[in-house]
Amino acid sequence: MRIMITTTKPEFDSPVDPNFGRGAYFVVVETNSMEWQAYPNPAVGAPGGAGIQAAQFVSEHKAERVISGDFGPKAHQALMAAGVGMYLAGASASARQAVAHLEAGELERLGGSPRQGSKSGN
Amino acid sequence: MRIAVASGKGGTGKTTVATSLALCLAANGGSALSPAGPPLLLDCDVEAPNAHLFLRPSWEAVWPVGIPVPQIDPAGCTACGRCAEVCAFNALAILGSGVQVFPELCHGCGSCTLACPEGVITEVVRPIGVLRRGTAQQGIDFGHGELSIGEPMAVPVIRELKRQVNARPGQVVILDAPPGTSCPVVEAVRGSDFLLLVTEPTPFGLHDLRLAVEVGHALGLPMGAVINRDGIGDDSVTRFCENKGIPVLMRIPFERAIARDSALGRTLLETHPEYAPRFRELAGDILRQVEGAR
Repeated sequence: MRIMITTTKPEFDSPVDPNFGRGAYFVVVETNSMEWQAYPNPAVGAPGGAGIQAAQFVSEHKAERVISGDFGPKAHQALMAAGVGMYLAGASASARQAVAHLEAGELERLGGSPRQGSKSGN
Repeated sequence: MRIAVASGKGGTGKTTVATSLALCLAANGGSALSPAGPPLLLDCDVEAPNAHLFLRPSWEAVWPVGIPVPQIDPAGCTACGRCAEVCAFNALAILGSGVQVFPELCHGCGSCTLACPEGVITEVVRPIGVLRRGTAQQGIDFGHGELSIGEPMAVPVIRELKRQVNARPGQVVILDAPPGTSCPVVEAVRGSDFLLLVTEPTPFGLHDLRLAVEVGHALGLPMGAVINRDGIGDDSVTRFCENKGIPVLMRIPFERAIARDSALGRTLLETHPEYAPRFRELAGDILRQVEGAR
């Protein structure tokens, strides 16, 4: 299975970035082989709609699940539309540990309704 | 002549000055100050319009205003991604096997419609607010916009207010701008002949005045300042204006009676008619500066 995690550094052992849309990097992991690759988040400097652009990046990489600290309302909507499962990293110390927690069924999965509130600029 | 009243900092007295300036011009309609009769006042603070609370216009028309957003025919869409690529605001995204539209992010520029190779995008107007037009006391023409609650973009409402509520030939227009110095302020004040900056002699007032002056310089507008709540704080705003060559055209003292009457929804000119000559001077100073800049 292919999983993406938001990370603060371009490494599998990096801490999980608490932000989805404006997280620094994405680490893509194939869980069969545990091979991974890191990419800078193309949405990190977006003037608006970062969550949507980041969700499109996740969708392009054909990830089935994504782990982050939190997901904004528009990212949530976009990832639901893309059919990507959203998981909260919780207390996981690193991306590697977050994947282990996910595989052990220990991460909270976000459901159908996004959290309220939206910020977007001019 | 178009006079924009702006401030940077909120709550400095933009509307106090704009409404009394409008009343002054109405009272001097037909004179050199306002040759085409009473002025048109446009309240461009569409996120919190309040000039109508003071001038109490009778509304003659209210109509919706919106922006064109893309609607995609899924039957013809190949999810090629061109629309998402050209969108500067991430209002479109390829997610899974199709395009998803996020209308609240759309600025209505139309790039996606032009870029779509299949021609499957049509545009539908999404209402984001209303415009109102009416007549206030002393024949002042009045217009304002009101952005719908939850809508993030004030600029299209301000743009349409300025486009759709027109002045008569030669009529003076007073634009009451929103606070701040971001896009809505630029949209409100652009195209004006004069930028009147209302400020207060406090560190916060000075900080935001600096930013507002930068906006005025960037737009190439002649400027003047009104110092409200004069007597509090210090003289750093006055010194700043001197250094920048911005004339201080009026000072309104920090007085309980002025604050009380304003809180009752009365204009400064109504409750303090002794200000009438000072507003006439203000209007005359602005007129001279505008003519000097031409």
